[in-house]
Amino acid sequence: MSAAGEPGGDGQAAGRIRRFQHGSRVPGWDRASDLSKDPAEVPDLATTAVPDELRAQIEAAMARYPDRHSAVIPALTAAQRHHGWCSPEAIDQVAAVMRLTPAYCVSIATFYDMLYTEPVGKHDVYVCTNISCSMLGADALLERLLELTAGDSDFNVRAFECLGACDIGPMASVDGVYVGPLELDDAQLLTEDVKAGRAVLEEKQLARRPVADEEARAS
Amino acid sequence: MKLLFKGIDEPGLNTLEVYQRQGGYQALRKALAMQRGEVLHELDLSGLRGRGGAGFQMSKKASFLPKGAMDKYLVCNADESEPGTFKDRELMQKNPHGLIEGMIIAAYVAGVNRSFIFIRGEYELQADILDAAVEEARAAGYLGDAILGSDHDLTMVVHRGAGAYICGEETALLDSLEGKRGNPRLKPPFPANQGLYQGPTLVNNVETLATVPHIVSMGGAEYAKLGTEASTGTKIVSVSGCVQRPGNYEIELGVPAREIICGLAGGPPEGRAIKAWFPGGSSSPVLTADDLDLAYDFETMAKAGSMLGSGSVIVVDDSISIVDVALKTAKFYRHESCGKCTPCREGTNWTVKMLERIDAGDATPMDLELMASVQEQIIGNCLCVLGDSMAMPIGSMVKKFRGEFEAHIEAARAVHV
Repeated sequence: MSAAGEPGGDGQAAGRIRRFQHGSRVPGWDRASDLSKDPAEVPDLATTAVPDELRAQIEAAMARYPDRHSAVIPALTAAQRHHGWCSPEAIDQVAAVMRLTPAYCVSIATFYDMLYTEPVGKHDVYVCTNISCSMLGADALLERLLELTAGDSDFNVRAFECLGACDIGPMASVDGVYVGPLELDDAQLLTEDVKAGRAVLEEKQLARRPVADEEARAS
Repeated sequence: MKLLFKGIDEPGLNTLEVYQRQGGYQALRKALAMQRGEVLHELDLSGLRGRGGAGFQMSKKASFLPKGAMDKYLVCNADESEPGTFKDRELMQKNPHGLIEGMIIAAYVAGVNRSFIFIRGEYELQADILDAAVEEARAAGYLGDAILGSDHDLTMVVHRGAGAYICGEETALLDSLEGKRGNPRLKPPFPANQGLYQGPTLVNNVETLATVPHIVSMGGAEYAKLGTEASTGTKIVSVSGCVQRPGNYEIELGVPAREIICGLAGGPPEGRAIKAWFPGGSSSPVLTADDLDLAYDFETMAKAGSMLGSGSVIVVDDSISIVDVALKTAKFYRHESCGKCTPCREGTNWTVKMLERIDAGDATPMDLELMASVQEQIIGNCLCVLGDSMAMPIGSMVKKFRGEFEAHIEAARAVHV
C-alpha cells in the first residue's frame, strides 16, 4: 500500500517507464517476483534451498493456525528478517515451505507497509508524520534524519502513518523501539546509537514512560 | 474512579505473579462458577459499549453468536491504527493479563474455544509482552483444556500484522488473519454468523475486553452507575496534539470535554488558543472551541455532529493551518485505502490533489464546492467506512473553517501570480 515515490514503492530501474504517476496505490501488481519463473507454480521444496532456521520458523507459524494460509504474514516477516527484504529468493522459500504460489506471497508482501519487495537499508527508522506528530514538528525531524542518512545502506528512514504513540510525538520507531518526544538534535544521537549498535536514546524510550494520568499513577 | 488504570504503573504488573497479587484472575473464577447466561446478563446490565470506535453494545454482539457445538472464534482487535489513538498500547504493555482474563471470560460467555489477538506489527514491544503473558497464563492453567476445572477450553494466539490501517476494520482484519490481503468484506453476513474461517466470530476491541473482568467483579448494575445512562462506565481517552500533557487518561464518560483537554491534558501551550479538536480520532468530524463544554459521551458527541469513536482527542491550536490538517488527514486515508471500492480509492486520491491545488495557488473558492461534493459521494458508497472516515472530517473542516480555506486559496494565488 505504499504510494509511488516512497521506499518500497517505485524503485524502477533507470530508463524504464515510471508507472502510476496518477497516484495509484498498487505499485508492483504486474511485477512477478522473478520473471524467469512461473509465479503460478508452487516451488518444489526438494529443489528450493531453505535455511533450516527459517524453515523451522515458518513451520512453527503454520502450526499455530487452523489454516496454514494464516501464517503467511509471520512467514514473510521471518523471511524478511533473514534476507533483509522479501527478495524473489525469500518469496520462493516461503512459498515452497507453505505450499503456496509465489504470486500469492507477493500479493501479500505488496499489501503491507512493513514488508518490502525491494531492497532497503538494514535498520528501519519509521518517523510518524501523521496529524498529531506533524503538528509538533515531525516533518522537520524526518527531513533531518533523511539528510543524515542519505546514501547510507545501514538505514531505511521513511515517513510512516500513525504509529500509535501520539503522546510522545514527534516520535520514531527504530527497529521496533519507540522513542520520543524527539528534538531535532536527537536525530544525530539516534543515528549514532544505531551505528554503534547501542540501545537507541534510552532516556526517551516509550517502555520507560509512566502513564500520563496522575491519579492512576497514585492509585 | 480508576478501573483499567488502577495501579497500572505497578512494576511487574505484566507478570502473572504481580497481576494475581493485585486480585487478577479472581473475576475469571467468579465467572466460571456462574452460568454462561448469567455472565452475559451482567454484561447486559453494565451497558458496556464497544471501545474500538463503533460503540456497539458488547453484550448484544456476544449474544448474536449462534449456540451449539461448532468452531467459533473470538478475535481481539488490537490493530490500533486510528490516528490519535494509543490507549490499547498502554493497556497491553502494562497489563496484558487484564486483556487475557477478559478474553477468557468473553469466550466463555460466547461459547468460543479458539481466540486470537490481532496486534499491529508496529507494536513489537507489546506483542512480545503479550506472547510472554499468554505463555504464563497457559502454564498456570488459565488457558488450554478444562480451564480451572470447568468445561471451558480456550486456545489463544497472538497474531502480528504487518502495517495496514484497514486491518482495524473487522472484516478486513479477518481476511488478513486468514492470510489474505486486508480487504473488507461485504456485509451481511456479519462476522457473528460468518467470520473467521467461515465460523461465527466475536470481534472486540482491547479496551472492551479488558473491561469485562471489572464488570464481572463489581457486577453489571454497579458498573452501569458509572458514566451516563446511555454511555456507561469509564473510558481511556488518548489526548494528543497541541496540549501540554499529552497521554492516556481514564475518565468517566459524560465529563465535559474541557475538563479532559484543558484540565487533565493541560490545554494548549501558553499563549495559544484551541482552534479545533477531533473528539474520536482522525475519522471524527472536527469540533471547535465552542463545543468544549459538551459532555464527552457517545450521545452528546453524536448529537454535536461528530462521534466519540475510539476516544482519541486530537487538539489543533491557532498556530496550525486547518488546510495543513486537512491535507495530512486526506493523505493518510489515501495511503491506507485498500483500493477495493472506487469511491474511496479515487475519492481519497482526488481530495489530496484538490487540497494540494489549494496549497499551490491553483484553486478557486469553487473548488471547495467540488471537494465537498466528492466527500458526499464517498459517504455510504463503499464496503467499509474508511472512505467515510476521510469524507466526514474533511467535510466538517470545509464547512466550519470555510473562511480560512478561502483566505488560504486567495493568499496562495497571490503568491503564485
